[in-house]
This record gives sequence, structure tokens and C-alpha cells, in this order.
Amino acid sequence: MTITQTKPKPAAPDERVAKRSPFQKLLGRPEVGALVGAIVLFVFFALVSPTFTQPNALATILYGSSTIGIMAVGVSLLMIGGEFDLSTGVAVISSALTASMFSWYFSTNVWVGVALALVVSLSIGFINGWILMKTKLPSFIVTLATFLMLTGLNLGLTRLIGGSVSSPSIAAMDGFASARAVFASSVSIGGVEVKITVFIWFALVAVATWVLMRTRVGNWIFAVGGDANAARAVGVPVKATKIGLFMAVGFCGWILGMHNLFAFDTVQSGEGVGNEFLYIIAAVIGGCLLTGGYGSAIGGAIGAFIFGMANKGIVYAQWNPDWFKFFLGLMLLLATIVNLIVKRRAELK
Amino acid sequence: MNAKEIDQQTLLQNERDPLTHTPVHLLSLDGVAKHYGNIIALSDVTMAVDNGRVTCVLGDNGAGKSTLIKIIAGLHQHDAGILKVMGEERKFTSPRDALDAGIATVYQDLAVVPLMPIWRNFFLGSELTSGFGPFKSMDVEKMKEITLKELAAMGIDLRDVEQPIGQLSGGERQCVAIARAVYFGAKVLILDEPTAALGVKQSGVVLRYILQARDRGLGVIFITHNPHHAFPVGDRFLLLKRGKSIGYYDKKDITLDELTAQMAGGAELAELAHELEQLGGHGDVVKEVQSEVAGVAQTTGNPY
Repeated sequence: MTITQTKPKPAAPDERVAKRSPFQKLLGRPEVGALVGAIVLFVFFALVSPTFTQPNALATILYGSSTIGIMAVGVSLLMIGGEFDLSTGVAVISSALTASMFSWYFSTNVWVGVALALVVSLSIGFINGWILMKTKLPSFIVTLATFLMLTGLNLGLTRLIGGSVSSPSIAAMDGFASARAVFASSVSIGGVEVKITVFIWFALVAVATWVLMRTRVGNWIFAVGGDANAARAVGVPVKATKIGLFMAVGFCGWILGMHNLFAFDTVQSGEGVGNEFLYIIAAVIGGCLLTGGYGSAIGGAIGAFIFGMANKGIVYAQWNPDWFKFFLGLMLLLATIVNLIVKRRAELK
Repeated sequence: MNAKEIDQQTLLQNERDPLTHTPVHLLSLDGVAKHYGNIIALSDVTMAVDNGRVTCVLGDNGAGKSTLIKIIAGLHQHDAGILKVMGEERKFTSPRDALDAGIATVYQDLAVVPLMPIWRNFFLGSELTSGFGPFKSMDVEKMKEITLKELAAMGIDLRDVEQPIGQLSGGERQCVAIARAVYFGAKVLILDEPTAALGVKQSGVVLRYILQARDRGLGVIFITHNPHHAFPVGDRFLLLKRGKSIGYYDKKDITLDELTAQMAGGAELAELAHELEQLGGHGDVVKEVQSEVAGVAQTTGNPY
């Protein structure tokens, strides 16, 4: 075989892989469908309701978006990593309950409770991930079980310890003011009060985007979601990556839990049920594939913003808020279909 | 056949056992066996791999080829026998372990993550980083540049390493995986049925890359069920059947016909002819099988 000596001819350029224009490349981005949807929705509400574009209204919309968006960051990363988490909604409340109940009943500075809540939130994430990796069950089942157990624990423990369905008010305790300043204050920008969660949300999105696009861990997240077996075969620590993702979701839950606690001073133990779907919806609208391996943190943020706009826009347009859920469902369906079409088109060209 | 003759010295590249000063194999298996519960998946397999040589592992479905590579690649551990790398006995506990020992595997179906860009796939698990501490980030530009360069060296001309690897053809994907293994300094390259899902032309392309990897001094383990693919590129041939080794040959000791005959299994063909006759099979078919049996008997010298 003499071909070993001659340099092989370059493989014939594949006619199916033509040069893509920058526009088509843009269309290939996961969040583009959501971006188009967000613009359409914004223009729509701006036309229907003049108050919608007022700075104060925008700040309110951003605040509403941030309470979903903070969780959507973690959930988006997790979904890119090929898993999803149904326990997020109640895990947020578990975290808030831990902080308030601990610091109240042990009479500590609330920051001790906040630190303990972080440990609890990360542990919930770790346990979710660890059971998933050990049993190889679908994450739907594992996190559904965690969801039910946490719902029960939130209600049961709160009543057992305090004899009530809500945690005691911690407003008068040491450290409450400083914790409120960190988790639930407002910043005045040109006379408009913007909640601090908006900035936390933006910061988290920036960090998550950097991690995804520019770090090894980001590469691993795409890989474990895209094809876990292939990732394992080339030496990617699949288990550690997935467990880490669940813990990142736990971290986001901790931030939101602390916000919920310090925005008021007490937590209702039965809250949070159903919110997990809002986070997943935000991530899906933002272009994260349910099957994993594709998506972006910015997409999740846009998804959350769409949610915030729809939620508040209905109020500003003075419609009956009863329509909100229908609207949300319709948005989800449309966004997913648009994502699908855009993605297919971009990949074909 | 081979453009450059490989003698014992060049192929071992003067690697010697530090104690006995005798030449050692890059990778050698001696009586390796594997059980899954009470199922004996592999028993008593002996083979060797050397620098600049291609060792072919041939066998039909269920012959134990996959089990064999899983042991060498670190996905499974063998239960008996000895696996040596550079003369040192090893038992790999994970794919990472095997990779660190210089053993890279290109899998037939799970070589790459289809939705990820080519350059991300190329460096997956071994990303280049710059910076330090928590601000360590990937050196994206350099990684793209190296990917483009390495693929060009393998003869794949790509304009855009950003495109998802799933858009490449099967052969090209195999080649990216091979180029990746070569770039990351693999000493042993395991190719799991790289030509199985490919057409004739694409198979030829992949076979060419196998020879290129060999000429770069890698020890190649080429797993296939096609003797026509194995014979032109192989230096040694290990034949597996039902988890057992049924032959281990040097290229000079065997011809393509003999290899094919061994693969097909003369005895089984004879049995098949008999069975077809009993079932009242079509005369022509039976005759064809019988002539095949005669051919096999002739080439192997066994009177079936």
C-alpha cells in the first residue's frame, strides 16, 4: 500500500457544509427564538398600555423577572447538563425556613442562620445529584421524590417546632438589617428604585455565561448533557459535573430563599409549590433543550424576562390576571415551536 | 505491501525493561479473562501492541471484541490474566487512568458529542486553560487554531471549527477523534469498528488515517469484523470467537483468504449446508454454500 507515503488528499469538501453567513450564525444561537419573542411581547405591551414603558414599571417588571431569573440561571445550566430538578420551588422555601427557624430558636445572629441555610441548600442539591448518579434513575423521579419530601418537611417541621404554618418574625433580631441590605434592598437609579435582586440576577447570568462559554467546566456541562457516555470516555468527570450542577441550583435557591425571607420577615411553609415549573419554563423558552446539551444562561434570563413582562404586562394593560396562566402556556408552546424551527433552519443551512 | 519495513528494533523504539534489559511491548495482554456474573465474556486472550504497528482484533458479533477494548480502555477491569503497559503490570480503574497511561480509544458510536462545536469536542476533557485560580479560563483562540491545524494535518479541510460535529460525515467524525488522540500524545490508539457504519469510500479514508497514525509511531489496535479492512493495514491479527482466542497471527504467517476462512468458520458453513439440505433448501443456495465449504477446507487444509 503505497498511499502511506503520500500525504492523503484533503477529504473532499462536504457539499452539505456550506459557508454560513453571520446572520445564520446568529440564528444558530440558542436564545435567538426567545429574543424575538421578548421583543414582540415588549412592543405589544408597550402599544397596549402606555404605563408599561415607564421607568418605574420597567423596574417592577425587572424585579418580577429577577425572582424567576435567579433560579432560571441554575436551572438552565442543569438542563444543559441533561437533567432537571422539580424540587427547586420548595427547596427555596426550605432554605428560607432553615435560616429563620434556626436563628430564632437558637437566638443567634441571623447571619448564622443564613450560613446554615446555604449548607442546607447545597446539601439538597448534592443529595439530589448523588442519588441520581448512584441509582441512574431519571432525574424526574428522583427530584419529584425530593419535591414531595421537602414539601412535607417544610410543613411538618414548621408546625412541629413552632406550632404554626409560618416561621416566626425575625425582624427584630441581630443582623436582620444588614442581611436585608444584602438580599432585599433597593438601589436608586435616576430616581427609580431598582431591587437588588435585579443586579444579583444580572451578575449570576454573567458568571454562568462566562463559565459555560469560557471555562473547562462549561465544556463539561455541554458534554455531559449532550452525550454523557462520550464525555466519560474522554475523561470528563461526569458524576462530579452533574452533582455540581445540582449544587449550583441549590446555591441559586439559597439566594432566592434569603431574598424571600428578608423582603418580609417571615416565611409561609406551604409556599413554593409549582414555582419549579416557572423556572423550567423560563429555561425552555430561553432555548435550553429538554434533552440536554444545548442552551444558554442568557436564554434562561430572556425566558425569565418574558415571564416577568407577561405577568406584569397583563396588570398594566388592566386585563383580568386570571388570563395569565393561559397566556404563559401559550407563550411556552409558541416559544418552543419557534426555537425548534429556528434551530432546524440554522442547522440545515 | 507496507511502504517501509518495520523491523523489531524500530518498532520497539529501544524500549527495554530496566531490570532485564529485554525489549518490552508497548502493551501486552497475557491470558486476560473477564466474567459478568456467571457469563464468561472473555477468556485467555493473549496479544501485543508495539509502536508503529497495527494489531487487528477480528471477530463476529458477540465474539468479545467490545469486552476486550473496554478492559484496555479502563471501562471494565479484567478478572484474570496480566495486562502490561511498557512492561509494567496495570489494572485500569477508569478511562482517565487508561488515558494517563497513553491509551486513547476512538469509539464507533460515542466518539463525540454531536451538538458541540468541533473544537470543543477536540479538546473535551483536556481543555487548554490560561489564568489561575478561580479565573482560569479556556484559551479558546489557541484551541481553535490547533484544532484546525491538526485536522489539516490529517487531511480534513475545514473552514469552520465552530460547526457542531454532528454535521460532519461519519468518516470525518472518526478522523477528528483519531486526530484528537494523536494530538494528545496517545501511545496506543484503540479504534472500535471505525469502518462498520461507513460506505466503501469513507472506509478507505479511515483506513488511510489508521496508517497515518501508525506512521506517526503509535501502536494501533484496530477492531473490526471485516477481514478485507483488517488485512491491508494490519501487522498482527487476533481472532476472537465466543469470547475465546481462535488464532493470533503475524502478517507473514497468514493470507487474506485464510483470514476470511477463519472468520467465517468452515465448520459452521458445513453445518449450515447440511441444515439447508435437510430443510429442503433451494438447490443453488446449498450448492453455493457447499462450494464455499470446499474453498475453506482447501485454504485452511482442514478436511471438513
